[in-house]
Amino acid sequence: MTKQEQKEMALKFYTIMYRTRRFEEEVFEFYKRGLMPGLAHLYLGEEAVAAGVCGALEDRDFIGSTHRGHGHLVSRGADLKRMMAEILGKETGYSKGKGGSMHIMAMDKGILGANGIVGGEIPIATGSAYASLYKGTDEVTVCFFGDSAANEGAFHESVNMAAAWNLPIVFVVENNLYGISVDIRRVTKEHHIAKRAAGYGIEGITIDGNDVSKVYETAKEAINKARKGDGPTIIECLTYRWQGHHVGDPGIYRPEEEIAEWKAKEPIIKLEALNFLTKEEIDEIKESVEKEIQEACQFAEESPYAPESEAYTDVFVD
Amino acid sequence: MKNIMYRDAILEALDEEMARDDSVFCMGEDVGVLGGNFNCTVGLMEKYGDLRCKDTPISEQGFVGMGVGAALRGLRPVVELMFGDFIMVAMDQICNQMAKITYMSGGQVHVPMVIRMPMGGGRSSAAQHSQSFHAWVAHCPGMKVVVPSSGSEAKGLLKTAIRDNNPVMFFEHKMLYTAKFDVPDDEDYTIPFGKARMVTEGDDITIVTNSIMTIKAEKAIKKLKAEGIGADLIDLRTIVPLDTETIIKSVKKTGKLLIVDEGHESFGISGEIATRIMPEVFYDLEAPVRRLGTADVPLPFSPALEFPLIPDDKKIYAAVREML
Repeated sequence: MTKQEQKEMALKFYTIMYRTRRFEEEVFEFYKRGLMPGLAHLYLGEEAVAAGVCGALEDRDFIGSTHRGHGHLVSRGADLKRMMAEILGKETGYSKGKGGSMHIMAMDKGILGANGIVGGEIPIATGSAYASLYKGTDEVTVCFFGDSAANEGAFHESVNMAAAWNLPIVFVVENNLYGISVDIRRVTKEHHIAKRAAGYGIEGITIDGNDVSKVYETAKEAINKARKGDGPTIIECLTYRWQGHHVGDPGIYRPEEEIAEWKAKEPIIKLEALNFLTKEEIDEIKESVEKEIQEACQFAEESPYAPESEAYTDVFVD
Repeated sequence: MKNIMYRDAILEALDEEMARDDSVFCMGEDVGVLGGNFNCTVGLMEKYGDLRCKDTPISEQGFVGMGVGAALRGLRPVVELMFGDFIMVAMDQICNQMAKITYMSGGQVHVPMVIRMPMGGGRSSAAQHSQSFHAWVAHCPGMKVVVPSSGSEAKGLLKTAIRDNNPVMFFEHKMLYTAKFDVPDDEDYTIPFGKARMVTEGDDITIVTNSIMTIKAEKAIKKLKAEGIGADLIDLRTIVPLDTETIIKSVKKTGKLLIVDEGHESFGISGEIATRIMPEVFYDLEAPVRRLGTADVPLPFSPALEFPLIPDDKKIYAAVREML
């Protein structure tokens, strides 16, 4: 990669990751102010995974997302205003307030939906890949999920079929070590999900999920492979969530030292340390992202709730 | 019109819809090489290719979910579950995903998908291959629920199901697969959802049925007719949407209602129908609403134990006689 290309990539990824970071911080603020109904599962600390993977996708591609999905959606270019409005339960949200944080869907961006059931999106994303094969088109579907979802039957069934039929899909595991409070090392003997790929006859790769360029390069290769018809790959991104499982979960089950250790190698600091970007460039990104975020927050806060009658629509379509 | 088996009527519907629309495809266990456990997809793989008649591994949750994903991408999957009992293995994808995605997305997407499966007892298949779960899925908003009672009904309703833009749970009765019926040839023969079929007409009692219970009731009604008793026999066709209008109109005329359904008697279709129509017919009723369902025990293996649990023509006949 030339210096110029490095710079462009750094600008792109810094912007996406910082946008995700700030978006999530504001979601947290809304929660603390009592303006967000229910809960949300924050992506803070994991920004490089979504940024790197989505950065390697084409517009025509698709993603399946999870309960911790804001980062995937922001990175895929979903409208921040409509996202934030949905999270606040407003009529202007992607689902008019019917879905909320865990169910944001944006088909115009190829986002097949976040999902409230751990592993629930894996068969659906696999079906999207089947549709591409069926239609003879070359879209790739990326399916995000966490380490815990890999212990669901849906993971096994889907990866097996995707492998058997060479479906154009990339499985991206965000291994953040914990399923709510349960340390993966307490409930699995082999802690690396990517190693399971061998059992399905496909390639599995474990990488530093906080290194955005590494994520991007690995994803690019796997996506190209899927696009060429050479089948799926499991990419396991080692990362860490800063907060508890959801807002309001203090995450006391994790040692302080562990949190501090991961925070020290978090994705944004990691990218800054490469010195591809000057301080002025970083400030410029921060300023422009801040404007987008504030606009999104204002839009969401000022938007009305849908009328009660809205609850009865969209159960069936004509 | 031709006289063919129920299973061949289903096959015809699938074949015609696959020929008509490239986005329609079948998927499930043994649907390809074998042509389906009950022979409903025979020849489709040869005719339309592997991708359009896909043999899957035994992964119900996985391939039902793949159907959902493919439907979101504009295809029209017809997923076969080898037995209706197996919905329980795929219930997350059916109830939490398929039925709710349109709603959760605020109407951004629709899920034009059909899940076909056999229901019912009568084959000594014991407790895990004999159940009738149509009421279970009717309880979850977001799915249409179809229970065809004959070959022509199966063909017309399946074609409607495939053309519908919503998820449809299509319950075929396993004891009907080899029964023969007159079935229309017309490729555009469809039956609208939510409009019950008046099978026989009479002034003495209303009998509401679905699926094979319609045929059992017809048999009972023949005997009753010989004894001078006339019944309105209403075959529901679909549980969701439910045609309460036809039932209400009939009960206003007859004053008596017997509901026959193969699901377990408690917490099922019959209780729902009785409650729904009650505000409209309360003052027209001349007797308490009565119901016949499968006894509230798991289906046993031995025919000696199984048959007595399931409603049949004799029980229907006896119930009607008691009500008059």
